[in-house]
Amino acid sequence: MTIEEIQEELIDEFSMFEDWMQRYEYMIDLGKSLPLINENLKNDDKLIKGCQSKVWLNSEMKDGKIIFTADSDAIITKGIIAVLVRVFSNQNPQAILDANTNFIDEIGLKEHLSPTRANGLVSMIKQMKMYALAYQTQLKN
Amino acid sequence: MPFNIQKIRNDFPILKRKVNGYPLVYLDNAATSQKPQQVIDAIVDYYSNYNANIHRGVHTLSQEATDAYEAARKKIQTHFNAKEAYEIIFTAGTTHGINLVANGFSDILKKGDEIIVSAMEHHSNIVPWQMLCEKTGAILKVIPMNEEGILIFSEYEKLLSEKTKLVFVNHISNALGTINPIAKIIEKAHQVGAAVLIDGAQSCSHIKPDLQKLDVDFYVTSAHKMCGPTGVGILYMKEEWGNKLAPYQGGGEMIAEVTFEKTTYAGLPHKFEAGTPNICGGIAFGVAIDYLNAIGFEAIEKHENELLKYATEKLLEIEGLKIYGTGPDKTSVVSFNIEGIHPYDIGTIVDKLGIAVRTGHHCAQPIMDFYKIPGTVRASFAFYNTLEEVDALVNAVKKAKMMLS
Repeated sequence: MTIEEIQEELIDEFSMFEDWMQRYEYMIDLGKSLPLINENLKNDDKLIKGCQSKVWLNSEMKDGKIIFTADSDAIITKGIIAVLVRVFSNQNPQAILDANTNFIDEIGLKEHLSPTRANGLVSMIKQMKMYALAYQTQLKN
Repeated sequence: MPFNIQKIRNDFPILKRKVNGYPLVYLDNAATSQKPQQVIDAIVDYYSNYNANIHRGVHTLSQEATDAYEAARKKIQTHFNAKEAYEIIFTAGTTHGINLVANGFSDILKKGDEIIVSAMEHHSNIVPWQMLCEKTGAILKVIPMNEEGILIFSEYEKLLSEKTKLVFVNHISNALGTINPIAKIIEKAHQVGAAVLIDGAQSCSHIKPDLQKLDVDFYVTSAHKMCGPTGVGILYMKEEWGNKLAPYQGGGEMIAEVTFEKTTYAGLPHKFEAGTPNICGGIAFGVAIDYLNAIGFEAIEKHENELLKYATEKLLEIEGLKIYGTGPDKTSVVSFNIEGIHPYDIGTIVDKLGIAVRTGHHCAQPIMDFYKIPGTVRASFAFYNTLEEVDALVNAVKKAKMMLS
């Protein structure tokens, strides 16, 4: 699936929820259910420090596609990571670079991606794009 | 005046707001307090009726503004029981006051001199001294604290020597609510000839300090923690120190005479008040102090202690909840975590329920490192909070716990 298709799918999924509590319960479940990153990769090299919560992000290149794995010490942050990984992982670098994150707004989680929230998520998206750029440069050379 | 909570709440327009569809429960008072209508009116009145620059005009507006600003200084002097009004220096806030003193000491300190700070300081209280030490070669020493969040006094006594030039401690810890024994700290520091700077940012909304009785050398606080506006605060400085310290910033207002060869500085407090100050802020600060005194600090303390006691009891009924800062001398701050749950998650859920608490390290990372936690959830109560609001907090935390575990 393309990034746009996955985003549409997520918007659909989230539109089923009637209120914030259901939305958050779903996010929390997402956060709990996924083994997001190999424990030995949760080191300082992979750490994105937010003021409020920590985020670890790892990337690997496989058959021209980037595989992201990530984690956080806060469960709601982790739930949003699960969403972001679903959107951006297993895509080629150019698609990741071209993608926007407007869907976050539509699924009602915009507040978590505010730069002032300092939970590490904004930096995480930036970091995902940086990885995409680095891999793309590598592919070209 | 009897303590009438409903009447008090009616003075604060913001408390009628709804947040995320729920009535606002504002429990982030340690970060900043809300403002009563009286203070808001004073700000509007200043800009509507007598806005003018002070201390230099002969025209009527300038005179009125100057009189109001200086009357505020006098009010603040009386409130804190400073000996002279000119020992009260208007600043942009606590951080500004601390930096002003740190800057003044950069000429006084020599290599090998020592500065003592406490382990429970806000970042704004650590960084200026680190910078000062780098600049002067002085050494920073830290008073450790124990598991309850209380400074270990015997360790403090061991740190003191004739090398100690300055001791810097907050009156109340913003992250834990611990009230530090500042009278004893000051007395001991003076015995070795060290000066003491107390950060009153967290205390002045709860306690009325008597600066002469404390015999403190410097005391800083911010208006916005005391129902006044942001961007204004005071530095109290004993007259002898005021004469000793070099000015922090050059500019208008702080000079007596200027030629290109030499400038003579103005006397206190103007020596430290370069440029046009926050005139409106200073005046509104005076109004905020009047407001607090009309309610009375005894009544405020009594009500807040009731809130603290009730919140502590109710929160501790939640399984797995741990409170940080459990000493006997505490102000109305409850810093806590629930086992296995990140504070950010709790903060996010309770905000959705209209409750404003603080989460994170509260700009006091050394304390979080001490407890080996990423942060806490901090509920801080003011005199306008109610027992019903404590119930709302407790229910919201229970709900968050249910969702998150």
